[in-house]
Formats: sequence, C-alpha cells, structure tokens
Amino acid sequence: MAFDQLSDRLQMALRRIRGKGRLTEDDIDEMMREVRLSLLEADVNFRVVKTFTREVKEKAKGERILKGLNPSQQVVKVVHEELQKLLGGETSVFEPPSQKPMRIMLAGLQGSGKTTTAGKLAKFLQKEHGLKPMLVALDLQRPAAIEQLQTIGRQLDVPVYQEGTQASFASIIDNAAAAAESESADALIFDTAGRLHIDEDLMEELKRVKEMLEPEETWLVLDAMTGQDAVSVADHFHGSLGLTGSILTKLDSDTRGGAALSLRHVTGVPIKFMGLGEKLDALEVFHPERMAGRILGMGDVMTLVDKVSENVDEDDMMKMVEKMASGKFNFDDYLKQLRMVKRMGSLSGLMKLIPGMNKMVKQANVDDGQIEQVETLIHSMTKQERKKPELLKKSSSRRRRVARGSGRRVNDVNRLLQTFDQQKQAMKQMSNMDPSQIDPSNPMGALKGASAKKKPKKGKGKGKGKRKGGVPF
Amino acid sequence: MGIRDWFRSKKRKHQAQKYRIGMEKTRASVFNRLNDLLDSNTSIDDELFEDIEELFIMADMGVDTVLDLVGHLRRHVKTKNIKDASQLKDVIVEEMFRRYVRDEIVDTNLTLAESAPSVFLFVGVNGVGKTTTIAKVAKLLQEEGKRVMLVAGDTYRAGAINQLRVWSERVGAEFFAKTAGSDPSSVMFDAIEEARRQDVDVLLCDTAGRLHNKKNLMQELGKIRRVIGREVGGAPHETLLVVDATTGQNGLSQARIFNDVTKLTGVALTKLDGTAKGGIALAIRETIGVPVKLVGLGEKLDDLEYFDIEEYIYGLFADVVDDG
Repeated sequence: MAFDQLSDRLQMALRRIRGKGRLTEDDIDEMMREVRLSLLEADVNFRVVKTFTREVKEKAKGERILKGLNPSQQVVKVVHEELQKLLGGETSVFEPPSQKPMRIMLAGLQGSGKTTTAGKLAKFLQKEHGLKPMLVALDLQRPAAIEQLQTIGRQLDVPVYQEGTQASFASIIDNAAAAAESESADALIFDTAGRLHIDEDLMEELKRVKEMLEPEETWLVLDAMTGQDAVSVADHFHGSLGLTGSILTKLDSDTRGGAALSLRHVTGVPIKFMGLGEKLDALEVFHPERMAGRILGMGDVMTLVDKVSENVDEDDMMKMVEKMASGKFNFDDYLKQLRMVKRMGSLSGLMKLIPGMNKMVKQANVDDGQIEQVETLIHSMTKQERKKPELLKKSSSRRRRVARGSGRRVNDVNRLLQTFDQQKQAMKQMSNMDPSQIDPSNPMGALKGASAKKKPKKGKGKGKGKRKGGVPF
Repeated sequence: MGIRDWFRSKKRKHQAQKYRIGMEKTRASVFNRLNDLLDSNTSIDDELFEDIEELFIMADMGVDTVLDLVGHLRRHVKTKNIKDASQLKDVIVEEMFRRYVRDEIVDTNLTLAESAPSVFLFVGVNGVGKTTTIAKVAKLLQEEGKRVMLVAGDTYRAGAINQLRVWSERVGAEFFAKTAGSDPSSVMFDAIEEARRQDVDVLLCDTAGRLHNKKNLMQELGKIRRVIGREVGGAPHETLLVVDATTGQNGLSQARIFNDVTKLTGVALTKLDGTAKGGIALAIRETIGVPVKLVGLGEKLDDLEYFDIEEYIYGLFADVVDDG
C-alpha cells in the first residue's frame, strides 16, 4: 500500500527520540534531518518539506514540550498534528448541493485516471448519496475515450451522454442538460481530456469549458505516484480553473505518496477522495487524520470499524461470536468468517489499520492468496468434515483425500487444522478477556500462542473495543 | 576536448532540434535556477550545498543519487580549494557528464531479430502512455521500411482495444485483437501466428497497465512473456517499460519489479514535454542499470525520439554553461 516506505523511514526517525526521558534541541535537529530526508525521498515537494520541518522544529523545541512530561511522546504528537495539517486537517465531507442537477468537472494530466474516477464517482454518488448520476464525455481527444466511458456506464447502469468527437463543447454541454432532464439524472460528471498543465491552448480550452459548465465542483485528478512536478501541475490547474478539490488516484500502488502531502499545501483545496484499485468501487473518502496516523504507523481503527460495519451483518457477527465463545466453531463458520474478511478488502491491508500491527504484517508475511487456498481446502471437505473437524484430525486418509481434491499437499491440510485449532483457542481466551486490557501498542500481546494470521481483526471487529481505538496517545 | 567546447559543438549541431524545444520548460524551471543560485551566491557554504541538493531533488533524480553527487561537490570544493560559487557550474556539469555520458556504452537502438518476426513488449503501470507510445514506435519503424502489427494485449481496460485500433488505422499498421476480456497470453499466441502468415516484421504488443505491487497481475505478465518466448526464439526482442516523466521515486520501484518479472531491455520515457525533469530516468539507469531508449516529447505521432543521454544532459544544462 502507498506510504509504506515513507512510514517505515519516518518511524525510524522518530525512534531516535522514543523513550528518551530528556530531549535536547540537538536531538530534535538530528531527528528532523532524518524526517527531512524521508519526506524528500517520498517525493514531497522540497518547499513543502522546508515549511514542514521548520514548523515541527519550532513547536517541538517549545519550552512546554522539552521540559514537560514525556517529551518524546509530545514530539511524536507534534509530528502527527503537523502531518495531519499538511494533509488537510479535517476531513472534507462532500455534500451534494440542494440545487439539482449538480455538475462535477474532472480535469488532470493524461493518464491520471480521470475516466475511471468518473465511473467510481458515479457509483459513489449513487451508493452514498442516493443520487442518479450521468456521465458526460468531454474527452474528444484520446482515441476510444468515449467508448471507455460508455463501457463503464454500462457496467454501472449509469447513462452516458456523448456526441462523438466532432461536436462542439457548447453543443454537448447544452444537450447534456436536456438529456439529464429526460433521464431525470441529478448529478452530472464531466470527463475532460487529459492535458499538460503548460499547454496554454488546451488550458485555455478547459477554462472556456468550465465557464460554459459552471460546475459546482471542479476537481483535479492526480496520480499519487507523481514526483516533484505534482506541485507545478496542481498550481497550474488551480490557477486556470479555480479548483474546489482534488482526487488522488493509484494509492493502491507502493508509492511513498509525497504528492498527497504536497497537493493540499500548494492548492489549499481539500483532497476529497482517493482511488485504491481498478474496480469501480475502489474509491474512498480521504481522511487526513486517519492518513497521518497510518503514515506514522499508528494504525487506523476508524477505517477498520467503518469497513467492518459496512460489510458485516451484525446478527451474523453475534452468532459467530457466540459460537466462538462456546467452542463450537467449525469449518463452516470458518469459511463464513473468511468471506466476511474478504469482503472488507485485502487481509494485509486490514491488518495495517490496527495500531502496532504494521510491523507484524511484514514479519508474519501475510499473503492474501492464503485465503483462497484455505477456501479451496475447505471446499474439498465433506459436509460432515466441515461440521466436525475432529474427523479430519483422526483420519489421515480423509486428510489425503482433501489434499487431492483441492490440489494441495497433505501438509497444507495439516497446517490448516493447526491454525484452526490455535484460532479456536485464541477465541476462547479472548471471549474471557477484558477489552480494556489490550495494550494498543501491542494488541497481539494478549493473544499469546495464537496465530498471528487472522484473529486480531476479529477481536476488534467483534465490537469489543468499538470506537475506543483512536490514535494511541 | 573540454566540457565547454563539447557544449559549444553540441550547441551548433543541435540548436534547432526538437529535443531542445521539447525540454525548454524543463530547463527553464529548474536549471535556470541553478544559474541564479550560483551567480547570486559568492561564498560556498552549507546552505548553498543544501540548495543545490534541493534543486536536483526537484528534478526527481533521487535522494541517494543527489546526496552522492553533492557529496562529491563538497569534497571537490575542499580539495581544489574552490572559493567562488560560479566556479561550481563547471564542476557540476563535468560530474554529470562523467557519470552519465562518458561511460555510456549502452546501445539505445531497438534490437530487431535476425529473421522476422521481431516482438516488442510494452509494459508499465496504468496511465503512462503505453498505447500512444506503441503508435509512435509503429510510425518510427514504418518509416524505416518495416511492416508492423499492433497487438491489443490490453484486454482489461474499457476501450483499450479500440484505442489501439484507431491508432493502427492512423499509422496504417496491421492490427490484431481478440475480444475484450480474452486471456492476453492467448492474444499474443494468435497474433504471432497471424503475423507469420502476413509476413509482418515487427509485432508491437500492448499490455494492460498494472501496478507493480499487484502480485497476480505481475504473474500474468510473466506468463505473457513466457508464451512469446516459446513461440518466437529470442523474443521478446525488446521489453520496454513505459515510464511517465512526471513519476517520482516510485519509478525506481516500478523499474525494479518489472525488470524482475519481464527482464527489461529499456525504458520509454513519456510526457517529457511537460515541466517534469524526468530525472527518474537517470535514477533508473544508475540503480537498475536499464537504459532509456525512447523519449516522448509531445502528443503528435512523430513526437518520439531515440534517447540520447548527451542530448538530455545538454538539454538540462545548456543555459547553465552557455551563460557561464
């Protein structure tokens, strides 16, 4: 996931001061040198880095902090706050205007992901705001761009308005309004052609398009892997169009994400959404606070709770919890549980949301393919075997059959049985545990001997520490 | 021949070239600042070095490379007892030249098979300009008298197949595609058969953009490459990673992983006509050892050039040395 490398380096820098009872200004300077390098390496614009390091230094060196209690924790807190500020402070909540239909215009460089994002937005507006979106093709430049938009529209069952590549913008925009009315669409998303921010003619064209459109929202779509140039791109687009927000795409890459940290600072407009995959539902609201926490390895319990409550039926969950506590947990339940997890996204991605788990994901070498493997294994069991895992434990010929049926080795079956047992035990322990005793910096500590692979998110997801998590300071 | 003389001879030879024009914005935004910086500072101190560091970092050259370069400058200033900041210009350009130009033995020409068909595979993350680059390469090869076929290996992205079809019509190249959603390896397999029937010289194979950290997509790419290698001995003859010049340090990660999976023969650097400095190309060469072979300098079909590292460095520093 994005930010991982930046996160590692920043945490290394912070570790220099962690646990120190007393801090000197030299300690801070030394730490900030590292912080500066890690930000630069992450493609954060150097001017932004300069401002950031100056501000952190000033605050961290303040009397209250250096002479206060727990100075190192206080400094980490300062870094966290400043990072959050850099990312935009508060979450910018998107509220559709009361006057319908609303218009959103997307702009950006070639290849930043405008067309895909247009589709994702349509889906988002449908799902989260109950709007009836319509996509409008204003990219008359790129071959087959219109067709791409139409395909996406079909996938989402969202109308797409287009007039081919020869029509004038004025006519498309006029007719789109009429089409929206007849389709009773109340949110229009305009996909424009990608262009270089320094191409004066094309920027002028975009400006004219905007004047004709008078959109409520004008969003810049920016590739999160962009380097130092992100600033110049954002600056130019903002200068010509007067942006109201931005969307970061391809954050599911391993980018260190510097563009995200520069973008807001340069334009002053909030980052609204982030794109996290090629599928049309891979769009999420951008939360500066959660992101800052994630970058500093503090996890992101809020997002986890959101994901759990979005994807898991509470009744199902309660039944599962009862089963776990009573020790009647079998492979059918296990399968159900795996599927719940799968719906929430990748396992490794989920684990990183838990404070202190970031490191463990790497150590435990969590492989998302394993879920699939386990699924195939369970599918190869008979109904009886799924209900009574003991049958498999007792009979090696059953285990061989399952292995053959799933195309895996007997060893894999044995390992699954072992993990399953460990989990069952761990769950029993957890159901007897007081949630307040979980150490946020080491949530796994409470689960000695348990498999580090799957259980922890269940512990949280069950609603034990619901909304209690937050950033562990 | 001294650096200055080399630059002057370059200047005469290449002044009118597109390269220079294409990179005008790049130069104007960063390296003119180097000039200002060195002219306005008379003394050489830590702050100046830090400013130089930031300038190069701004070009996306990579922190490691830059720290190394500036470290060299610091040492040089000390041993040669340089006092005047403007003298640093020559030292900087000379060092860049030494690093990237003088030991240049890498052939940036595209490799063709001895007997047709040759297969070129284009890979990269989403949105870098693979399809457009293929069209440009097709034009380049056709001008050299080759019979070219474009292969629609991006069966995933909506509209990708048609995008390539439109390009093939515009450049007048052969075109091969199966339906959207087909297994890309099977597209390659069938395309090669078809190319043999039609006596095509070069197949230019498009692939779906994929993020290098997606394991199964990278495995799929590995398979595509294996199938091509099985069908045509020695193929793919070129595996080009298409990199957007605006890419930051992530470009290194891209190059490293794509190279592991598909053994790259070169990089095609696109969108260099923006304000991006494409310094990532230098970083990729230095750390992964894969040379840049092609650069895209505009949206038009003939806005593609063979990369010339001398031209590139010249493009970056022309004004710095000219004025000095």
